[in-house]
Amino acid sequence: MKKTLKIVVLAKQVPDTRNVGKDAMKADGTVNRAALPAIFNPEDLNALEQALTLKDMCPGSTVEVLTMGPPRAADVIRDAMFRGADGGVLLTDRKFAGSDTLATSYALSRAIRKMNPDIIVAGRQAIDGDTAQVGPQVAEKLGLPQVTYAEQILSVDEGQIVIKRRLERGVEVVSCPLPMVMTVNASAPECRPQHAKLVMKYKHAKTISEIQALQEDYYTSLRDARPYLNITEWSVADVDADDQQLGLTGSPTKVKKIENVVFQAKEAKKLTGSDADINELMQELIASHTLG
Amino acid sequence: MRTEMNNIFVYCEIENGAVADVSLELLTKGRELADKLGCKLEALAIGHGLQGIEKKLAAYGADTVWVADAADLAPFRTLPHAAIICGIFKEEKPQIALFGATSVGRDLAPRVSSALHSGLTADCTSLEIGDHTENKTGKEYKDLLYQIRPAFGGNIIATIINPDHRPQMATVREGVMKMQEAAKPGAGEVKTVDYKKYLKDTDLAVKIIEREMEERKVNIKGASVVVAGGYGMGSKENFGMLYELASVLGGEVGASRAAVDAGFAEHARQVGQTGVTVRPKLYIACGISGQIQHTAGMDQSAMIISINNDEAAPINKIADYAIVGDVMTVIPKMIKSYKQNSK
Repeated sequence: MKKTLKIVVLAKQVPDTRNVGKDAMKADGTVNRAALPAIFNPEDLNALEQALTLKDMCPGSTVEVLTMGPPRAADVIRDAMFRGADGGVLLTDRKFAGSDTLATSYALSRAIRKMNPDIIVAGRQAIDGDTAQVGPQVAEKLGLPQVTYAEQILSVDEGQIVIKRRLERGVEVVSCPLPMVMTVNASAPECRPQHAKLVMKYKHAKTISEIQALQEDYYTSLRDARPYLNITEWSVADVDADDQQLGLTGSPTKVKKIENVVFQAKEAKKLTGSDADINELMQELIASHTLG
Repeated sequence: MRTEMNNIFVYCEIENGAVADVSLELLTKGRELADKLGCKLEALAIGHGLQGIEKKLAAYGADTVWVADAADLAPFRTLPHAAIICGIFKEEKPQIALFGATSVGRDLAPRVSSALHSGLTADCTSLEIGDHTENKTGKEYKDLLYQIRPAFGGNIIATIINPDHRPQMATVREGVMKMQEAAKPGAGEVKTVDYKKYLKDTDLAVKIIEREMEERKVNIKGASVVVAGGYGMGSKENFGMLYELASVLGGEVGASRAAVDAGFAEHARQVGQTGVTVRPKLYIACGISGQIQHTAGMDQSAMIISINNDEAAPINKIADYAIVGDVMTVIPKMIKSYKQNSK
């Protein structure tokens, strides 16, 4: 008998590090997220797909997205709902600002405890930090086993999940008891696209702060009439988190110094692609025993 | 009363009884740091069939080798290894703990850092010892580990410190640090770990059903010539020309992250912060712009030639020769010229 699962996907809205401008960093060395285009972290989309696949395998299961970030991070929850997630939670509070991976994991673990899922699915890592630390750290904070670099879920039943993992130089199939945390690799299937019907259904999904900011009774009444449009918003107090473990105070790692990348100019010898230039270069490389 | 040694620990990855290169590289670096700090270098060997492993680890400078040897401990599984490491660290209180930034280390180190509430910096490209003064309080810290890494898509270089929590933890990719036997080998004193006292039954709940490890097919790390292509190569088909040049010059093909992401080459060929670090005699960068993420993995090459139609490409700032031109016409000329001149 397959049971229905309660699945939580950890997703992060990240600055698109491929398009970084001059004002991307603040004086304290933290990222000025406001100055950058924000996207759904790519591997978190792979994670969402795995969660939706699990839901397909076990009908009646629910997929909720948990994200921590500024109010605009609600975008990733809406995006996920357009692709098949049932809803989500935005964890937002100024007290989270400046959190390193450990403080972030602590905050997320507090919210996850409240959501009480069977399976937590996260992307392997986020493109703004590339640390791959939050998945395993969340697992540890919750006292749950972890399966990292998941590529495919082979089966789930009787409180066990069987997962294929992609390692640097190989593949491993492991079984893990539920509840558990898994992180998903970019080599896993891409996320299904937004579905027109779901976009129609959820386009007015909003957090309470978003509705208050709009100051329109329309949305308030809509929310009352259609509770599924409600994106949950939690603060530090809502998840009963300890201030001392959050933000800069709760982060063991500190940024001592940030240097913008300035290449040390070395005098490169400029060559054209002409036959003569290339020929001279190759002769030089052979003569200096760099080649051959 | 036991004294707290505050030494440097290196977690050693072992596959089929052989120590991974990355672990020997970390021991080499750890030895240097230990000498600077005047402390000991200790190696953790957790696995099965580890008899005699201390000899290899001592050659790379390990003063002490902690050995936990049991069938349950190999192949690597997160929870038992994490529990044993946490148990040892709680008793030994290391000041620094280093892990490879590998499938194993990047899975294990965050678990350990969370359990010990110690800071962890991923994928460091440099580790140094230095002091720190806290701006607000004026409090001074001596001999911290500076954990240096590119961040934010490689647009910045960050120096991270963990002033108040121990151990100071870092992961480092394979090939970033040099691997060198110690001038004076360590004592390699074996300490057999009574590992069972650290394990709970639930630590063994994840079971490995199947495991297929491939031999390393691509060895760009050991190549004396690396011909690397970037996104500017345009397609996987165009990469074919790089294989031809590499084969003529007796080298290997590397790739930038952008080229790997675009599917032009497999990940094993990726050079840079999230790939392999190489130090060949000659590095030929073809259609590579030269983001720091990439250059961090190749700027120690003895000679760098760039081929790029953009004269202002950052790669030209670190290149010895900058060929401004179209890769698709330049590479065949190089092949032809080499064949003619090397006869």
